[in-house]
Formats: sequence, C-alpha cells, structure tokens
Amino acid sequence: MTARDRILAKLRGAQPATPNPLPSLDEHYAPRARGESVAERAARFKAGIEAFHADVHFSTDADWPALLARLCVEKAVGTLLYGGDTPAGRRLDAATFAGTTLRPWAGQVEEIKADLFHRVGAGFTQARGAIAETGSLILWPSDAEPRTLSLVPPVHFALLDARTIQPTFFDAIRAEGWSAGMPTNALLISGPSKTADIQQTLAYGAHGPKELIVIVTHAEGEPQ
Amino acid sequence: MSAPNASADTGKPIAFVSAKQLRERMHDAVNDPHLRSSFRGAMDFLMAKRAAQFPDADELDSLRSLSEGIRQYSLTRLPDLLEQLEANLTRNGVKVHWAETPEEANAIMLGIAQRHQARLIVKGKSMVSEEIEFNHAMEAAGVGALESDMGEYIVQLAGEKPSHIIMPAIHQTKQQIAKLFAEHIPGVSYTDNVDALIQIGRRVLREKFEIADIGLSGVNFAVAETGTLCLVENEGNGRMCTTVPKVHIAITGIEKVVEKLEHVAPLFSILTRSATGQAVSTYFNMISGPRKANEKDGPEEVHLVLLDNGRSQAYADEQLRKTLQCIRCGACMNHCPVYTRIGGHAYGTTYPGPIGKIVSPHMMGLEQTHLLPTASTLCGACGEVCPVKIPIPELLIRLRGEAQSEPHANPAMVGQGAGYSGLTTFVWRMWARVYSRPGSYRAFSWLASRFRALAPKNQAGWTAARTPLTPAPRRLRDMVRDRR
Repeated sequence: MTARDRILAKLRGAQPATPNPLPSLDEHYAPRARGESVAERAARFKAGIEAFHADVHFSTDADWPALLARLCVEKAVGTLLYGGDTPAGRRLDAATFAGTTLRPWAGQVEEIKADLFHRVGAGFTQARGAIAETGSLILWPSDAEPRTLSLVPPVHFALLDARTIQPTFFDAIRAEGWSAGMPTNALLISGPSKTADIQQTLAYGAHGPKELIVIVTHAEGEPQ
Repeated sequence: MSAPNASADTGKPIAFVSAKQLRERMHDAVNDPHLRSSFRGAMDFLMAKRAAQFPDADELDSLRSLSEGIRQYSLTRLPDLLEQLEANLTRNGVKVHWAETPEEANAIMLGIAQRHQARLIVKGKSMVSEEIEFNHAMEAAGVGALESDMGEYIVQLAGEKPSHIIMPAIHQTKQQIAKLFAEHIPGVSYTDNVDALIQIGRRVLREKFEIADIGLSGVNFAVAETGTLCLVENEGNGRMCTTVPKVHIAITGIEKVVEKLEHVAPLFSILTRSATGQAVSTYFNMISGPRKANEKDGPEEVHLVLLDNGRSQAYADEQLRKTLQCIRCGACMNHCPVYTRIGGHAYGTTYPGPIGKIVSPHMMGLEQTHLLPTASTLCGACGEVCPVKIPIPELLIRLRGEAQSEPHANPAMVGQGAGYSGLTTFVWRMWARVYSRPGSYRAFSWLASRFRALAPKNQAGWTAARTPLTPAPRRLRDMVRDRR
C-alpha cells in the first residue's frame, strides 16, 4: 500500500455516510448591489483600490494611450514592457511615448530575466475585469501577457474596462463561468505589494510592484 | 546566517524541544515585560483592525455560518475531493504526491531538489513547511532553503521560529530587526526606519528570486473541480516563488481542499478580514498548472505534496474533525488572553495559541502535548471569533479528557491518558461522591468548619499564587437556619 492508499483508506473508514448539506451561497450573496450603473460600480472599485494605495485614472477609449504615455513620463519610466500582441498593446506607438522606450515582450522569461529584474521601469497589462466590493483587479496572464509583467517591474500599469467590473468575487466566478476552465495562473490584485511584518508598520513595495496605476475606460457605458 | 531554524541553545530544531517544558517557558515569558508589552500592543492592534472589518453583525454572522457550512461539507466529502483534486491537477500537468509523515514529505521534496541539482530553494510563507522542519531537512542535505516572506526572513536570520502564524516576527521590535540586518547582511549599516529595512529585504531577496532553482509555497485553498491551488499574500514573494523559478513545489495539509471554485469566495473574504483586518489581501494567486508550451513564463514543473501528519486521526472522530475546519487566520491567537501574555514561542509547537492547542496533539501525540489544552482560561473568545465556528473551548475540554482519563483500549488519539494521575482521579472521585449525596455533604461541611484550623497551608496549585483556602467558621446552611 502506498501513502496515498493508506491516507485515503483512513479517511474512507471514518467518512460519514452522507455529506453535510452545502449551505446556499446565493442566499448570502443575493442582497449585494447588482442593479447599480457602471459609473457607480467603477466609483466603488476606485474607492476600494485607492484605500490600498493604488492610483486610479479615468480615461476614454481614444485617450488612454496618451494618458499612459504622460504617466510614464511622470513616473520617469525608462522602459515600458508590455504584451505587443493584445488589443491594448497594439494601440501603443513610439510616437506617443516620447520619453519612454516601448518594449513588447519577446521570447521566454529566461532570455530576458536580467532586463526584467534590473532594467524595465514598468509593466503594462490589461485587466480581465475587477471587483467593486473589495477594489480588486482580475488578471488572467497569458502567452501574450506573461505572469511576471504584473509582478517584477517596480511600476504596474493596468488598463480596465469599467463594463467588466463585477460586484463581488463570487459574481465574477459565477457570471464568467470560471469553473469551466481556469488559466494556468489567475490573479486578484488589490494595490501595490506591501507588508506590515515589522512592528505592524505598513510599508509599500515589498517584493512586487511599488506602485499600481489603473486606467479605467468606459465608465459611462452600459454593463457588458 | 549560522544554523537558521535551530534553537540558539541546543542547535537542534526547535520543535524537538519538548513541549513538556511548557510551564517553565510560560513562567519566563510572563516575566518578560518587553515581550508582554509588544504582544499586548500587537494583539490590540489586530483586534481593532478585525472589528473594523465587520461593522455589520448580521453580515458577519451570515458569512461565518456560510464558511462553517462550506468547510464541514468539504470535510464530510474529503476523500472524494482529494481524489477529484488529484485527478484534475494531474490532468493540468501538476504532479501530486502524498505523505503520511513529515519525514516522507521532506524525502519527496528533497528527491525533487536533487533531481534538479538544486542549490537554492526560495520559500513563500508556509506553516506546513514549518510543521515538517523543511528548512532543517534541506540544510542537512546541503540544499539551501531561504524564507522570503519579510517576517519569515527576519525569523530565519535570527535563528528562531515564527511566533504567530500570520505575523511571524511579531515578537521582534524594529530596533532588534535593524541590528539583525546590520549584523547579518553584508554592506548594511544600522537603520530602524521601517521603509528602509523593507527595501533592504527587497533588494537581498530579489537577487535570490532571480537565481533560485525551486520555489516552495503553501496552499490556502485547493479547489477540486478545477485543480487550482490558491495562495493569499500581500508581499508578492508568494507570486515570485511560484512564478520565477523553473520548479514550484506546493505543500499543504490534506484538509485544505474545497469542492468548487465559488466556495473559495466567502472563505477568502472571511480569512483576510479575520486575520489582518483587511477587506482583501494584495494578491490572490490561483495556480492551475505549469507553463504551457506557448507561454513565456511560469514554472515548467509544479508539484503538490499532500501531508497527513495526524490530520486523519482528527478526522476519524466526529467532534475532533472540527479541528480541520481551520483556515489558519490566527484570529483565535489575536483574541486569546493567554497567547497575548506569553507570546507564540512559549507553546513550543509550530502552531501556537488556541488553534495550536487543538491541532498539535494530533501532530505530535498527547505524550508531548498533554499540558497544552490546560493552558487556557476557557474564556471562549477564540470560539467566538473563529471565522469557521470551530468550538475551540469544547475541543480543549475534550482534549483535557483524552489526556487525563485512564489509559484504555482503542483510544481516539495517540498518547491518550498521557496526563493521567491515579491520585488526582481518586481525589475527584471522592469529591464527587461526597458532594452528590446530601447526607455526606452535610457531614463533610460540618467537619470542615469545625476543624478549619487544620486546613493545609500548602494547597498545591492553588497556593502557588494565592493565599490558602480556609473553610468558613459557620456554614451557609447554619446561617440560613439562624435567620428563620
């Protein structure tokens, strides 16, 4: 018998004949605000994530690349790393980014690790959605937007379409059918990295980004 | 970094110091005013932060009932869910391992390290890795294991163990940490500026994330239906450990599995709010597999080690099974009057505080831990704040019974009867006999008041810190009779 068999046999030997009933999750989550407008939901998201030290800027579908360029200058970002082969990535062009080198991700992480850790000033990603209740971004990294883009560079810019904000995490999982298939990595991100491990004193910029800047578009639109 | 993870006195891993020395260690801790004030301050802070997260008592009640229900449902289906989890993780490309003991778990992970000729394992926060003395086992085999959670890193530098499951370095002041950094990190001079200290830690550990061969992490929730490992953290070191090195090993107790992804939503919410009083943690990291062929980063191999280490013993008993509902938030220790006064190290177990007292006996046996359940005032605060409604006081009473009852066949726990005393049992039996019969009680109290001068001056535990008890000169019944 293997360790697996022995553990499972012990558990099976003691398992109740019928499982405890599962409580209703819907009942708990039902009273949460769902009728609110996109703008109201975006405002709740903004208040939530700003409480965690993120910056939120509202923009439009036409103007956000210019805003991103301006923010890069403000933050003195030398090199901006991003996924070139995404709807948002295709909107970035060198002419708009006068003071910043645009670098679309190319190759495996092993090939660009030194640059990623030491020379890239900021990473830019799209957000898949967000959660109004807690002020959290939802990211599903992919081959086009690798996991480390939102982790290693000291500044993380995220682009969020306000129409994709869900009231709660529970709603996001349910409404978007996450259980049908998860990506290799999915993330909720609520602010820049932080720690209170030294005398409960809050300090930002622990191991991940020191700054998180969210650009929100379509805040005046209808829910998708 | 000389002998990290070892006791300064003995050089042995700290969990090998017997928990029987509990009384002495508690005495020392209570007489350390510095330790008491730092824990008092930290616990007050954490209690206030938690309270601020639950302004609506009805919502808290609903969320606690929901969370308890999900955990109990998951546990009653535990073997099914573990098999489903294994099948889905395997389908996703994650290798699943099973270990009954800490030794087996360490051997599995050392095997993986050796296969990759790993020199450095960088670690995210994992209490299960503390439970199995992972760092010690790796160091002994010549593989470096470096903690990367700021608190764990500090504790490792100091050669200590975590004193709190959520805030490992809560017993250290910033001045102590400043000294530690200046002594141990080359080129660092003394600063007690917290931001500066964190930036030093960041710089040192980023170099390690970049070069580490393997990343190790714990697991907060494992989701059976999707084969997903969920990690809760603020610092980003957990993401680093699970993303940058070529190999990721996750280790968890067998009890952490839930059936559906949506079951994680309420548990995650109540976890961060109960633990540190945050509406949400900075990162919630859901890992469902290694790097795919077309992907550009992430580990090429992901392993999950499922550890029993006494959990199946707790599972076998309906009441003790509730111990396994725990989601490791630490709220019970934050609200515990005993923990607040003695700190986490005095317990001598990986998991301190109320949860430590009910979970450690299953991991270590009652022989080692039979005094732990007695280190409680049974005030009930732990049970009241528990986000999954574990009846900790009831379980403490149950464990006292297991420890102190006469050894019998087929015990529910290893070490049952380890605290049994024939004399104590005899005294209580006599007391019960006298007090449950009106005639004998009347006779006893008459004798006690009449011969009160003979009451012993040394009354064992009672007189250790109090004046001796003396029977009253006149009994209550006598005084009542006089008034009629």
